[in-house]
Amino acid sequence: MTGPDQPATRWDDQWEDQPAGTADEPVSITAYPNGPLLVRGPFEILTPTGEVIPPRRRTVALCRCGVSTLKPFCDGSHKAIGFTTEQEPPEPQPPLGS
Amino acid sequence: MRIPSSRGPVSSALLELLDTSPTDTPTDLAATLRERTAAALRDTSDVVQDDDLQTALFTAYELRYSGLQGVDDDWEWHPEVLALCAAIEAPFERALRERASVPELPAPGVESVAAALFELTGADSGPSVSRYLAKKATDEQAREFLILRSIYQLKEADPHTWAIPRLRRHAKAALVEIQADEYGGGRFDRMHAELFARTMRGVGLDATNGHYVDMVPAITLASSNMMTMFGTHRRLRGAIAGHLAAFEMTSSLPNRFYGNGFRRLGYDKDVTFYFDEHVEADAVHEQIAARDLAGSLATDEPTLLEDVFFGAAAGLYVDGLAGAQQIDAWTAGTSALRTAETVSVPA
Repeated sequence: MTGPDQPATRWDDQWEDQPAGTADEPVSITAYPNGPLLVRGPFEILTPTGEVIPPRRRTVALCRCGVSTLKPFCDGSHKAIGFTTEQEPPEPQPPLGS
Repeated sequence: MRIPSSRGPVSSALLELLDTSPTDTPTDLAATLRERTAAALRDTSDVVQDDDLQTALFTAYELRYSGLQGVDDDWEWHPEVLALCAAIEAPFERALRERASVPELPAPGVESVAAALFELTGADSGPSVSRYLAKKATDEQAREFLILRSIYQLKEADPHTWAIPRLRRHAKAALVEIQADEYGGGRFDRMHAELFARTMRGVGLDATNGHYVDMVPAITLASSNMMTMFGTHRRLRGAIAGHLAAFEMTSSLPNRFYGNGFRRLGYDKDVTFYFDEHVEADAVHEQIAARDLAGSLATDEPTLLEDVFFGAAAGLYVDGLAGAQQIDAWTAGTSALRTAETVSVPA
C-alpha cells in the first residue's frame, strides 16, 4: 500500500512480467537452529556436474546434519539424531567476587 | 459432499432439519434437534468419541467447506445450525483442554516457543501407525489407513487456511508461505489434497470427498472437527497455529515410513508420491510453523501463548488416540473401520 510519505513505486514496475520468485530480490538463506537451511528467492540448485535439480517448491530446506536421505534437501532426520547447531546460550552469570 | 448417514438421535434430527428449507424452518424439527442435543450432551460418556455428536458436528461443519449434496447452502449460517455447533463445541473444547498435556509454558519468544514445541512433539511416544505401516500392515490395513486419512486429507490444509485473515504480521506471512505450498504453489496437480486423491485412486479406492465418511470411527471425525473448531473461531487462532505446528513437526519422518510401507506392499510412485512429497515439504513447513508462525504469534500476542500449546497438545492427544485405536484393531486382527464391507477394491 502506498501512502503520501512513500515513493510512488507502481506495483507493476516491480512485478509485471516477473514470474513469482524471480523478481529482483536476493536469495536469502536462513539457518534454523538445530535444523536445516531454508532457502528463498530466485535460486538454482545444481548437481556436481552442473545439472539443475528441479525445485519442487518455492522455499526449500537444505540438509545441515548430513543424514538426510533426500540430500541436498532436509527430510527431518536431524531430529532423530539429536543434531544441534550451536551450544546452548550461556546463562547470565552473576559477577565474580563479593 | 454426500450427506453422512446418521449415527443416533442428534445426527438424525439434524438430517431431517437440513432436508427442509432454511427460510421456512419447521419449528418442531428445530425443537427436536435442540432437545436431543441437550439430552445427548447430558448423557454422553465422552463427547470426543461420541459417534452421534461428532457426526452431527462434522455434518454441520461440512456446510462451511464443500457443502452437502441436496442441502441448501443457507443452512451454513442458520441460527439453528450455529446453535447446534455451539452446544457441542463448548464441551468438546472443555474435554480437549482437560486432557491435552500442555507442558510448562516457555517465555513468549520465537526461539523459546519453537524449542518448547520441538520438545513437546519430540516427546510424543505413542504407538506408531507409521512404523506399523512400514513393517507389518497388510494390503487391506494399508487401504484402511487411507480411508481413515481421507476424511482430512481430501481437504488437506483447508482448516488451517481459516486462520490467515485472523493473523497479522510475521505469523500471517508464515502461514501463507506454508499454505501456498500445501496448495501446490497454485498448481492443481500438485495440491496435497489432489496428491492424496491420486494415492487413493492408485490403490483402487474412491477419492470422492466424503465417500467413506460413514466407515470412520468418531475419533477420526473428532480430529477433523477439532481443526475446524480451532480454525473457524477467531478466539482460537492460537490453537490452530499450534495445531499446525505440531502436525507439521510430527510429519516428515512418519511420511517416510508410510511411503516405505506402500513400497513394501508393491505400489509404485503413483501411490507413494504423496508420502515422499510430504517428507520433503514438511521438513520445510515444520521450521516455518514452529518459529515464524507459532513463535511469532506468541511473541506478538503473548496472551495466545497458552493456546498455541493447547492446540499442539490437543492435536497430539486426538491423533494419538486415533492411532492407538487403529493399531489395537489391527493387532487384534480386526478392522479399524466402523464397517468393513466396502474396503475391498471396487469392481
